[in-house]
Amino acid sequence: MNKSIPDTNAWEARTKKNTKSLALWTAAWTLSMALATFGPKFIWQGDRLLTILAILLNLGLGIGMIVANKRHLKGLDELQQKIQLEAMALALGVGLVGGLSYSLLDITNLIHSDAEISHLVILMALTYMGGIVAGQVRYK
Amino acid sequence: MRNRLKVLRAERDWTQADLAHALEVSRQTVNAIETGKFDPSLPLAFKMARLFGLAIEEIFQDEAGS
Repeated sequence: MNKSIPDTNAWEARTKKNTKSLALWTAAWTLSMALATFGPKFIWQGDRLLTILAILLNLGLGIGMIVANKRHLKGLDELQQKIQLEAMALALGVGLVGGLSYSLLDITNLIHSDAEISHLVILMALTYMGGIVAGQVRYK
Repeated sequence: MRNRLKVLRAERDWTQADLAHALEVSRQTVNAIETGKFDPSLPLAFKMARLFGLAIEEIFQDEAGS
């Protein structure tokens, strides 16, 4: 019996750091989205310059979030990357097909309300989360 | 693809977590490989071979060729 095994926690520490970084960028981006959405009406009463700055801030934080997400994905092990890829492919497919069908329902007036981009974002987010759960269960 | 990972690990008294630490992957990944649900990439297979001091074909066997 040989219990000697190279013990390294570097990968786990790096993954934790990447996950924390992604969470912080996502939280900052979400807050900036709220600021850019509600700020013009409730905080600075339609000041054009402040609105542009808020949108630029949202865009900048969004780019930071994309970079953090890429770093997070690259830091995962190969099984986790596969689970993420399958979930993202599912979310993209459902988003594209579902989004276009939803748009067709709107432009042909088969639904009374306008198609909202937020509904598409919610659909894709829920599909992505479902895909992650399905992947975790499949490779459990 | 079949593999002897579980046997090799047991011979050395390593847990799945021990092996996952050494390979820098999650315990879930080690378990998925052991149960045949997931086949590792060539770089990861080489890393396992180095760790166990064996050739890759002593750890993994192609089911189609057996």
